[in-house]
Amino acid sequence: MDKIIEQTDIDRVDGIQKVTGTAKYSAEYDFPGMVYGVLATSNITKGIINAIDTKAAENAPGVLAVITHLNCPELPGYKSTPEQDKLVPTKKGYKVFADNIIRFNGQPIAIVVADTFERATHAASLIKANYTKEKHNTDFDEAIKSGTPLEGNNFKEYVRGEANAWINAPVKIEAEYTMPIEVHLPMEIHGITVVWDGEDKVTLYEKTQSLSGTQRNIVRTFGLKEENVRIITQFIGGAFGSAFNTWPHSMAALIAGRKVGKPIKLMLTRNQMFNLVGYRPEAKQKLGLGASADGKLMGITHEAIAMTASYNEFTEGIVNGSRSLYECPNVNTTYKVFPLDLSQPTWMRGPGETTGAFALESAMDELAYALKMDPIEFRLKNYAETDLERKKPYSSKYLKECYELGAEKINWKERNPEPRSMKEGDWLIGYGTGSGIFSAWRGAAKAVAKLLPDGTMILQSGVTDMGPGTATAMTNLAAETMGLSHTKISFEMGDTNLPPGPMQGGSGTTSTLGTAVFAACENMKKKLAAMIKDNAVFHTEIVHEVKVEDLVFENGYMMLKTDKTKKISYAEVIKSAGLSELEISEDSKGNPMLNHSAFSYAVHFVKVKVHSKTGVIKIDRAVSAVDAGKIINNKTAESQIIGAVVGGIGMSLMEEGVIDHRYGRWVNNNFADYHVAVNADVPNIEVLFVDKPDPVLNPIGAKGMGEVGIVGFAAAVTNAIFHATGKRIREIPVTADKLI
Amino acid sequence: MDKNLKKEGRRDFLKKSTALAALTIATPAIIKAGENDERIAALFEKIPLNLEVNGVVHSLSVEPRVTLLDLLREQLHLTGTKKGCDYGQCGACTVHVDGKRINSCLTLAVMNEGKKITTIEGLADGDNLHPMQNAFIKQDGFQCGYCTPGQIMSGIACINEGHANSREEVQEYMSGNICRCGAYPNIVDAVMQVKKEGSNHD
Ligand code: FES
Ligand code: FES
Repeated sequence: MDKIIEQTDIDRVDGIQKVTGTAKYSAEYDFPGMVYGVLATSNITKGIINAIDTKAAENAPGVLAVITHLNCPELPGYKSTPEQDKLVPTKKGYKVFADNIIRFNGQPIAIVVADTFERATHAASLIKANYTKEKHNTDFDEAIKSGTPLEGNNFKEYVRGEANAWINAPVKIEAEYTMPIEVHLPMEIHGITVVWDGEDKVTLYEKTQSLSGTQRNIVRTFGLKEENVRIITQFIGGAFGSAFNTWPHSMAALIAGRKVGKPIKLMLTRNQMFNLVGYRPEAKQKLGLGASADGKLMGITHEAIAMTASYNEFTEGIVNGSRSLYECPNVNTTYKVFPLDLSQPTWMRGPGETTGAFALESAMDELAYALKMDPIEFRLKNYAETDLERKKPYSSKYLKECYELGAEKINWKERNPEPRSMKEGDWLIGYGTGSGIFSAWRGAAKAVAKLLPDGTMILQSGVTDMGPGTATAMTNLAAETMGLSHTKISFEMGDTNLPPGPMQGGSGTTSTLGTAVFAACENMKKKLAAMIKDNAVFHTEIVHEVKVEDLVFENGYMMLKTDKTKKISYAEVIKSAGLSELEISEDSKGNPMLNHSAFSYAVHFVKVKVHSKTGVIKIDRAVSAVDAGKIINNKTAESQIIGAVVGGIGMSLMEEGVIDHRYGRWVNNNFADYHVAVNADVPNIEVLFVDKPDPVLNPIGAKGMGEVGIVGFAAAVTNAIFHATGKRIREIPVTADKLI
Repeated sequence: MDKNLKKEGRRDFLKKSTALAALTIATPAIIKAGENDERIAALFEKIPLNLEVNGVVHSLSVEPRVTLLDLLREQLHLTGTKKGCDYGQCGACTVHVDGKRINSCLTLAVMNEGKKITTIEGLADGDNLHPMQNAFIKQDGFQCGYCTPGQIMSGIACINEGHANSREEVQEYMSGNICRCGAYPNIVDAVMQVKKEGSNHD
């Protein structure tokens, strides 16, 4: 399995477009007669719209249409069946302009269409609604106190061995950890351009991580034929999970575009990015951990409480990592979710696992201190050799290597374990660690490879790329597999007219699509070999018929293994066969992983400096060691981990969504008040890959990495802060005021 | 407001009034303050504007409330300059005006009469990329690429201002450009590379 492909790290294939400004994002297409859509939103949190006055807006200069729930056309997908009517509200969802119910503050109540952005924006401000307000609750604590959690299969307790066994262990800790709402905030504001061709055919330039998912939603809502709904997503300016759903603003733009019969563009405002495209839900977690005096875990109890919208049941695997990261015979987990009068949360980088790992990995550190054991040693002592939750061996697991590589790099052994013992001038120094786990998987995808008579190759798949470098990795993979310079390969993506690709997310894109691309290239080689089997070039005394095993594929040539001077270029094969192209289409199936469990792993090491007088915290060093299987392109892979760590810095030290519960409105919905990490907050981040292929998951050996890079990072920071200051902060973000 | 209008004439008022920036997002309060819809509408009448963008002189007619950013993106179709917030908080819209970096979302287009604007589209010389563009590719100074034009414009200015003498200094002076993908260390590498090469130019 080793060395299926040689390692080379090409520069990003879309680099030139991105540095010259020619890369087109969804709201950057221009069509004749383009009009602009702007949303008007509710300023109450819960209630009913009694009346809505759109006159002033309609009469404002340049306005073509104003659509509200009163004049929104009947859409096939808006009719609910009697069964759907019976569902609890959290299963019903919310459809823009379908009714007069206000479910959250800032909910769209109208879309204004005008000939310029400025005119549409002004007209939207003229819309006045009259509401009947109802009492709302946006306060998580209040919901926990007096609300009712959701019920159903997603909330069953998990018990392995004995529940709450930690209580009877000789050394134990119990603690509660909290984290606030966190928002994706990709730099590209969600935007969409819609071009209708009549009433039944539409092309969308949409920010989506899943072309086929978006296509399906639109087909269903508008009752259109699949072939009449084309989605194009050439570039995505970041998403981190915010672009899986087909959000209300996209539907609004579609509805409005069809009504006015003109190409329409809609871009949210940065404020609207906080409540119209999801967020990571607030969570409170209680961990009970017990161990024998020599540090063997005897019991883990993980109880998580999170929140969702009143109209959408959102759940994620917050407690899952606690069931399988360590070898522990007794584990029980519970998960409760309370609905609030807020917009809906959604998956955000490392969904669930990131929240859970903050609590679990903090608790592990607390127990290590209670045991007077080194936190790494304690983790190694409880290393899981098999997946006790699923009772399966791991497809591959190099977590141990991650501990070793990272500890060595940050010089862990020089750390004096005593809290508040290390200093540099006025700065207290602390080292901390936290580990992360995230499912690795492989779904189904299709890829097409075409070899042309000029010796170039085109790869095609309807996948999108929000930044990790999918086209680059796939080009890299195809170049290595085909024996062809990457400059001769182009990758076409981001269009539903292409063969259906996987969604981008869940750390499964490379595993899934890579499998299809790899298979297409391998088949291409077989096909080429078959075409030249009788070719005189290769004939020797002994060889009369060449087989693919007899050949090497290098630099665009097939060469005889035994005599590389006997060769023929791919171009010549295609040309002499009189073909305009040689096309291989590969439908690659998912891997159900019946006999194995597959995970990616990361171990983060952080050195913090905390100012002894002001409590100012600086991340001085960050080292992340990662087992993501085989690395396809080091350069983009490293960037992914760096990016995840930067997200982790924001999460642990600054990001916090604040809502004024009296009004149910966001307080800090802009970049000045909701702080994300900026350049000066970020040290040099050192990334180490184990870089060993997974032999089971897929033939290329790659697992996933986009998520695992953030999982466990926040705990590494809070653990380092404890080491530096002796203060255990169980509530992120850790701001200076919590330390003085 | 009325008094000012009479004394200075509509055009001057528009050029000076920063409050007009707020009219782009036109809160009802501001509208009411005018008390006269027609007069307000008149403020939105197009007025002539001459400016040079990437060496091309444009004679335009624009509404005073249009920001430079929206003028570039929506009217001149130079979409390389990005909108990341529209409030001067993210740096995605950074362009050079007469050689200085500014947030183009924070300036009205009409305030740039006679000025020379350089955007990301104006950096390369045909197929020859600007050294900063090359450095960003080489150092992988981006992922999604959305903040990148702003980072590159800022990076060039950062060196020109004399603010690239150390990594720490670059970090400080590049902190007005948010990168949510978190490419910061590589962005610093790119700026430092160009600084070291001495290859920076406008
Ligand atoms: S768009 Fe101008 S600073 Fe963000
Ligand atoms: S590269 Fe995506 S925001 Fe900077």
